[in-house]
Amino acid sequence: MYKYDEIDQQIVDERVAQYRDQVRRYLAGELSEDEFRPLRLQNGLYIQRHAPMLRIAVPYGMLSSKQLRKLGDIAKKYDKGYGHFSTRQNLQLNWPKLEDTPDILAELATVQMHAIQTSGNCIRNITTDQFVGIAPDEVIDPRAIAEIMRQWSTFHPEFALLPRKFKIAVSGTAEDRAIVQAHDIGMEFYRDNNQQIAVRVWVGGGLGRTPILGTVIREHLEWQHALTYCEAIIRVYNLHGRRDNAYKARIKILVKALGIDEFRKQVEAEWLHLKDSPNTIAETELARVAQHFEPMPYETLPAHDSNFDAMVASNPAFSAWVKRNVHPHKTAGYRAVTLSLKPHGKAPGDITSEQMHVVADLAAQYSFGELRASHEQNLILADVKLSDLFAVWEKARAAGLATPNIGLLTDIICCPGGDFCSLANAKSIPIAEAIQLQFDNLDYLHDIGDLELNISGCMNACGHHHVGHIGILGVDKDGSEWYQVTIGGKQGNDASIGSVIGPAFSAEEMPGVVQKLIDVYIEARTEEERFIDTVRRIGVAPFKQHVYADKNQAKEGAAA
Amino acid sequence: MSNLIALQNDSANIVQDEWTLINLPAAQVEVRKQAGKIVLFKLTGEQSVTEEQIKNTVIPEKGKIIVPLRVFIARNQELAQKLAEGEVGVWLATHELLEDLTTNIADINSLPIIAIFVERFADGRIFSLGTLLRKRYHFKNELRAFGDVLRDQLFFLKRSGFNSFLIRHDRSALDAIAGLKDFSTPYQGAIDDPRPAFKRYNRGT
Repeated sequence: MYKYDEIDQQIVDERVAQYRDQVRRYLAGELSEDEFRPLRLQNGLYIQRHAPMLRIAVPYGMLSSKQLRKLGDIAKKYDKGYGHFSTRQNLQLNWPKLEDTPDILAELATVQMHAIQTSGNCIRNITTDQFVGIAPDEVIDPRAIAEIMRQWSTFHPEFALLPRKFKIAVSGTAEDRAIVQAHDIGMEFYRDNNQQIAVRVWVGGGLGRTPILGTVIREHLEWQHALTYCEAIIRVYNLHGRRDNAYKARIKILVKALGIDEFRKQVEAEWLHLKDSPNTIAETELARVAQHFEPMPYETLPAHDSNFDAMVASNPAFSAWVKRNVHPHKTAGYRAVTLSLKPHGKAPGDITSEQMHVVADLAAQYSFGELRASHEQNLILADVKLSDLFAVWEKARAAGLATPNIGLLTDIICCPGGDFCSLANAKSIPIAEAIQLQFDNLDYLHDIGDLELNISGCMNACGHHHVGHIGILGVDKDGSEWYQVTIGGKQGNDASIGSVIGPAFSAEEMPGVVQKLIDVYIEARTEEERFIDTVRRIGVAPFKQHVYADKNQAKEGAAA
Repeated sequence: MSNLIALQNDSANIVQDEWTLINLPAAQVEVRKQAGKIVLFKLTGEQSVTEEQIKNTVIPEKGKIIVPLRVFIARNQELAQKLAEGEVGVWLATHELLEDLTTNIADINSLPIIAIFVERFADGRIFSLGTLLRKRYHFKNELRAFGDVLRDQLFFLKRSGFNSFLIRHDRSALDAIAGLKDFSTPYQGAIDDPRPAFKRYNRGT
């Protein structure tokens, strides 16, 4: 993974000094609340319900063992001994003290980490596929460009205070796993007819209050122009995006208001001036950064391992884990492993300091000292030998990190919700926990099969509920918490936004509602059909009918 | 004491202001209601200055003045002499269009100063406006930020081509000067140095 040189180190060190002084001035009353807010936000610090929340950047989800150990130590020293991986591959601390945050950042800087631009109206952490570099369907490893974009976007002076937050995702695979269509800019890397690296640029996607999938603004962009083309897009947005209403300030609203053709025209006109300007990426710079992402020094291994096959055959628990949590790898004899941060009945994405150390050790021993965070809020060991899988499983299981539920109903994506977040309308973690307990039978869970259930505690949609096969949105009705259910959302190349099935439910009703949705699916599915396929085939109506049957009966009864 | 910081050859000093800012007389601000909340509409390009205001703006005969863009356009005959003498600058607000300035002036460098008014420090349009004035329109003279100009935005303003900063009246310019030096080696090319770090330094291979 990328290693800092003196220039990178100096920037994070100077940031710590700058931020320390900003906190000092705020505490001394020299900065007002309003003046300090954007400053602390651009450094990932929210003021939350119980305490501040600090969001630490994990650029495109890549972490080293050393960094994860440091995160574990920081969580222990400055927080309550745990952290929370977010849907944007970052790590959040829920209980730091404002006064301690400069020290936390100073500690992070010693392991080449920071919290720069993890919040606020600026270009945020750039995200990508958690299987980047090792996925069999990968065409281009976009990490070098992602790192170059990270550097370019860090304190970009022209885009320091945009109308609203700005999220960029990059991907270089046949099957999109980075939800490029749900980002302000999505950069889809591919090889063009001349075998050159090119980018298909998506713009104007986003979830939040107004979920919109992005549109292609440019089919073919040569990689050298990745930065200048983004500058053209963001300049048009910076100048013309709405600033009078935070709910209408994302780029998607501007793109919809102008129409993609007019927006494209303005961007292309701007780009004529920017094309080939000094921010054009030099071949030598791509080569310099790319060497940090060279393939690992893999051993030459056979495609099969007889011991591994024997363990799968003889140990059903191991076999279930392999089926769900182990993923294919480009290189023969290697696999990627997802360590589940979704044990049933616990907050999705949470991880204790001790677990962070276990994962760091596993990565050091079995996966070249690196790991990744996924937007599904799990951790990934990307390069594990087949012959090591059993040992990894045993150790992960002992640490509560081997729930065999990846891609299943209980692998819930969930925002921190009303328990922590001051934006939330409703709690989300207790809903996730209740659903996980409702479906705690592993055989049943595996029988239900692939299903993505996403929960957001408010319409800001941090839990990506719009693209969940089942999406749950916390809403506030007259001061009490209710939950609106959507089905048919999906991430990936054929992404879609889910449809609301009807009136919202109370928290207690939610496990039962999900159960009924599953019942309809089990009844209606054909062989090989996943939940999402059934929804797409039969539509929302049968689900709606079954879920609301009792309620309707009760109403009719009352009327009679 | 003056609250104006001038940047010259990378050295920042607090200097006396030789320019007088000409304001528009107050007018009824257009207020519209949306979704039950009263919001001020100042969207890009929207005419926010009335004919009445332009007509009633008092232009002093003597001294160096910075006039509002709308006044500069509407009353250019009146200002021609002073402009020729190098005593007229123009200011615009972040929602106004640069094209309105550039299409109404033969040579942008006949203006000794352009000032941009930022009503709220969080309004980052000012950075694009500075960048465009310097790069697209090749403006070479004093480019000033005024209004809600605070220490923690100075570094970005400098990189976006501004070389003078009128710090908000209730804040210390002396304190704010430090903000110009927050970072010594920025990554990306901008107006102050168009080369990104990878072109400025040998970062190895």
